[in-house]
This record gives sequence, structure tokens and C-alpha cells, in this order.
Amino acid sequence: MPKTLFDKIWERHLVADDLIYIDLHMVHEVTSPQAFEGLRLAGRKVRRPDKTLATADHNVPTDGTPVAARIKDALSRKQVETLEENCAEFGVPVFSLGSDRQGIVHVVGPEQGMTQPGMTMVCGDSHTATHGAFGSLAFGIGTSEVEHVLATQCLVQRKPKSMRINFVGELPFGVTAKDMILGAIGQMGVDGAVGHVVEFAGPAIERLSMEGRMTICNMTIEGGGRAGMIAPDQTTFDYVQGKPAAPTGAAWDAAVEEWKQLYTDEGATFDREITVDVEQLTPRVTWGTTPDMVVGVDGTVPTPESFDDPAERGQAERALEYMGLQGGERIEDISIERVFLGSCTNGRLADLQAAADVIRGRKVADGVYAMVVPGSVQVKIAAEELGLDKVFTDAGFDWRGAGCSMCLGMNPDVLQPGERCASTSNRNFQGRQGKGGRTHLVSPQMAAAAAIAGHFVDVRTFEPAGEPVAA
Amino acid sequence: MDPISIIEGRVSDLPRDDVDTDQIIPARFMKRVERTGFGEFLFHDAKEAPDWNVEVGNPILTTGANFGSGSSREHAPWALEDAGFRAIIAVSLADIFASNCTKVGLLPIVLPEEQVRAVAAAGDARIDLDAQTVTAAGEAYRFEIDPDTKHRLLNGLDDIGLTLNDEAAITAYEERRAASTFPGPSSLSLPPETSLSTTPVA
Repeated sequence: MPKTLFDKIWERHLVADDLIYIDLHMVHEVTSPQAFEGLRLAGRKVRRPDKTLATADHNVPTDGTPVAARIKDALSRKQVETLEENCAEFGVPVFSLGSDRQGIVHVVGPEQGMTQPGMTMVCGDSHTATHGAFGSLAFGIGTSEVEHVLATQCLVQRKPKSMRINFVGELPFGVTAKDMILGAIGQMGVDGAVGHVVEFAGPAIERLSMEGRMTICNMTIEGGGRAGMIAPDQTTFDYVQGKPAAPTGAAWDAAVEEWKQLYTDEGATFDREITVDVEQLTPRVTWGTTPDMVVGVDGTVPTPESFDDPAERGQAERALEYMGLQGGERIEDISIERVFLGSCTNGRLADLQAAADVIRGRKVADGVYAMVVPGSVQVKIAAEELGLDKVFTDAGFDWRGAGCSMCLGMNPDVLQPGERCASTSNRNFQGRQGKGGRTHLVSPQMAAAAAIAGHFVDVRTFEPAGEPVAA
Repeated sequence: MDPISIIEGRVSDLPRDDVDTDQIIPARFMKRVERTGFGEFLFHDAKEAPDWNVEVGNPILTTGANFGSGSSREHAPWALEDAGFRAIIAVSLADIFASNCTKVGLLPIVLPEEQVRAVAAAGDARIDLDAQTVTAAGEAYRFEIDPDTKHRLLNGLDDIGLTLNDEAAITAYEERRAASTFPGPSSLSLPPETSLSTTPVA
């Protein structure tokens, strides 16, 4: 019987009924302390420290604070130090503040080569779906499940339903992976994939870089899907090869042979399929407080009256009020005060390069504070070797240390009430980037162009005043 | 986790869709390393809205579609539970949130919208987990729940203890994988990291 990619990985990991084996458990400081405490109280140990990897990301300052002991906020310091202590006690490798490997858990896994095709992966973080870009099955889990996986290396899980999102057509110039996923979420709604594992497919997906594929899978949860995945191909193998944890020699050849079997068979069926026509996409900008409240940069903010359903109309009214918008204004007329370039969605080297190409030789608009936060220390080092830090700082961007930063309003990087931000992150929820902050989700290119223009601008035709200076 | 059988009492109502986990508890209140004490931060920012009128202190919360969307933070069910809620009756629930609720003894229930509205309008309800019913204003509404989850909640069982009953199967699986040509990556064999703390930080 023909099988989906998801079926194949699921079956290979079944230990017992509704019990799957986990090949890699990524851990961070916010959702793990209570899990380690649970182990301690029950006298249990971490079953497979070699299949566990921890990093500090959500709660670390990005101002160059060199070690956990120097974190100014007492509760944040305690949380990062607790991660270090727990990892030392239970024998789990940890990349904490001050390590050259520290960074966002979903950036660190792939760049260390720990994320590989065909694996099952979990992390106490909903953006774990990112790793599905490699053709692995990756779920976000809660803290009780973190404790469960630490103790047993397994997860109790009834098999979710399957869904395929087919991207058809040729991706137009200036339209990115971020626009593809925002377009898909706009089409299916924020609960469109609830209960499903989503496979992303189609020629536009196959042509994407691994960074682009990670951006797409990362935001699966924003459509309600717990896991998103893309069948591995040569692009995937080329990315993994040579990474620190990648197999070498005969093991590499054996691995690639195995990974080449990871695709959805001809004739396999999904519980649900939708099609997204990428040729209809323009660069996307969210206008409201859920990621499906999204339009093209060439469009206008919808008015509440344009929604027929009373519940949707009420939601739009609340969102517009929170966002300080009326409805009817052109997206390009919306001014911004802040720009955030980073996160597990768009904080990789390719994202920073794409943004740097837009701003090279230009200046951030007056009244705009723009920050770049590399997704990991390794991304930061690589970017600095390419001179990207200079491109950003010359333009007036703040070049920061690695972490989740202003994606989630937990560490010192936050929006002030009423501040409006062009953000490359994944959630525009109320208060997500700081209480009262107003978030518009965009691609790195669109965020960079907005920083220069001081308002949203169509990056496809962006020609700011003044000649770009050659780098 | 305490066993759940009957949940009975007043109903609080939050009649809107897509209430995400950042509304339930903003991230800045997740810095505690303990499992308790999150109740005071429940709906911390959301409740400042002028039209907010959700009573806290009742055992049952009714709400719309896609409740608990967004983050995997178990702090959201912890905060609801700590504030006294024992059951959430929604039109639909986000996957990770619903799963997290069952781990902390907070009963997640999905009913059609008109039934959720009827329960909210009644103002009082009685939930019988064993019978899988919500009774309000004399009407009984049946809800579905995974049988294993139901068994675990009715008996207040520890998930980890149950899985460790399969210890032999886990070990056999691990031995099979270890013997293959390509057993998968190991975090313990990553090359040593370099500390940045001795070098100047920009």
C-alpha cells in the first residue's frame, strides 16, 4: 500500500501502540526546569543524554552579556543557571550563554547536523516543526511531555491525521518562503491544520534552500498543524553533509541510501489536501493579531464591514483597535518605529544576507530603531566573516547577540506600548513582542526595506532616495 | 495528578475564537522554575480590555474555537488550573494545549458551538467524565475523549510510570537501532565548544 512520508517515519518509530521513539530531544531553559525537577522527585534519570541537547535561548539578553551569572534580571539568571545545573546533574550537553554554539534551539539543531532526515524530534517549543524541513517528524510538546521524553525517550502519541499543502506555480520575483507560508495560513486560517501533520510539496518547495524550507515548516503551528515536513532531496543532503554531527564515510553513504526512501509514494492519500498558487502571491504583511490576518503589500487593511461572519467581524474590530488601524488604509502608508530581524523563523545566515542585500549602502529612516539578532552564535560569526555586521551597522541597525530576542517579549528586547514593528518572527498575537506592542509579520527583505523607508514598501520595486553604495 | 470524575459548579464565559497562549499567560511571567504560582498571571494583559468580564474562581470555562493556539507553554494550563479552573469547554482546542491540559488534570472538552453557548447561558454545569456528559439547564450533552486519556484522568495515573511498563519494548527498539549501519546522531560526540566568555564581546 502506498505510504506518505509521515507514515514511513511514524512506522519506523513505533515502540508499542501509540508510543513512538524520539531520536532527538532538544531542551531549553523555559520549559524544562519543572521537568528536571519532576525527574529528581521521582528518582529518575535521563534515559538517553546522547539523544538530548540543550541550549539557552528564550530568556537570554542579546546585549553581549557573557555568561549566565551576569544576567541582570534575577529570575532570568536563575532560569538559565538552573538549565546549566540540571544539564550538569543529568549529563545532558548544553550550549549556554558564553558558548560559541549557543543560539535558538531550532537554529542550533540543524547547524550542528543534529537534525537529519527521517528522525523523530521533540522540544518544549511549538516551533519544533522547523526541523521537519529535513524530512523529519518534529513536534512541539509541553513540559510534562518533556519530563516523559527525558525519562523514557518515548512520547505517547495517537497518530495524527495527514494533510498535504501543494504549492503550485513558479515563485515570482521578490516573493519568499515567508510569503509562501503566510499565504498558505491566510488561505486556510490559523486552525486550518489542527490535528494534522502537514507535508509541504510542489515545485516551488523543491526549489527552496534549506533555510527557506525551515521558514515554511517553522510556521506550520501558525496554521494549527503540530508538525510540518518536506521530503529530503539533494538540497537536504548537501546541507547536512560536513556538519559536526553528520555521519561520515560508509555511515554517510548508508544514511543517504536510507534518506532517499523518504518520500510520499505515488498514490498515497492524505486526510486533507489544499493547493496554494504561488504565482498569485505578492510580499505579505499581516495587519491584525493572528497570522491569518494577512494581505499583500500592494493591498489595503480590510474594514470590519468586509467580514460577513459576525464573529469574524468582531475579531477584526478588536484586532484593528489593538493595532491602531482603521481599516481601508494602504499597507504602504503604515509607518513603523521598530524593525526586528531574527528568530527561529528568519534568523539564519541566508535571511541576514537577503536583508543585507536590500539595505547595503542605505540608512535606516529617522525615528526607526532596527535590530538584527542572529539566530545563533555560529550565524553571528559567519555573518561577521562576510562583513554583514558592517553592512547593518553602517546602515544604522543595532547588531545584537544570539537568542530568541524580541520574538516573544520575555527577555529585555521588547516593544513599548503602542510601538509598531516590522518583524521577521512568527506571531503577531496581542502583546507577543511586549505589552501593547503592534507586530506586522514580514519577510527579512520586507523588514529591511521598511527599516530604510520608515513604512512598509514593496521590496520588488523598492528604490529609496540616494544611490546605493557598493559594499 | 488528582483523579477527575465529577466537575460541578459555576461557568465562566470567554465567547471568542483564537484565544492564544500569549493571552492566557504572557511570556514575561514564565521565568519561574517552579510549577506553581502562575494563577495570578492568568489573562494578565488581556483582562485589561474594557469589554473583559471573565470571572476567575469558577471551575468551568466556556470559550470559542481554537482556544490555546500558539505556544507549547504548559504554563497556560498551569495558570488556568492554579486559578481554579478544572475543565475547558470549547468549540475547538489547539493540539498542544489540549494535550498539555490532560497532563495537569484540566479536562479539555470540545462541543458544537450551540451546545457551548447553551452551557454558558445556563451559568452552572455538571461534568461527568465517566459518562462523558456535560449537563446544564436540564440538558445533557455528550463529548468525545480518547479512551486512554479518559482512563488516565479518571485514575490520576502517571504517564511516565505507564510508559515504563513498556521498558522491555523500548530497550529492544534501542538495541535494534544501535545495531544498524546508521544509528543516528549523538549529542555527546559533538566536538568540544569554545567559551566566548574570555574573549571581548562586541
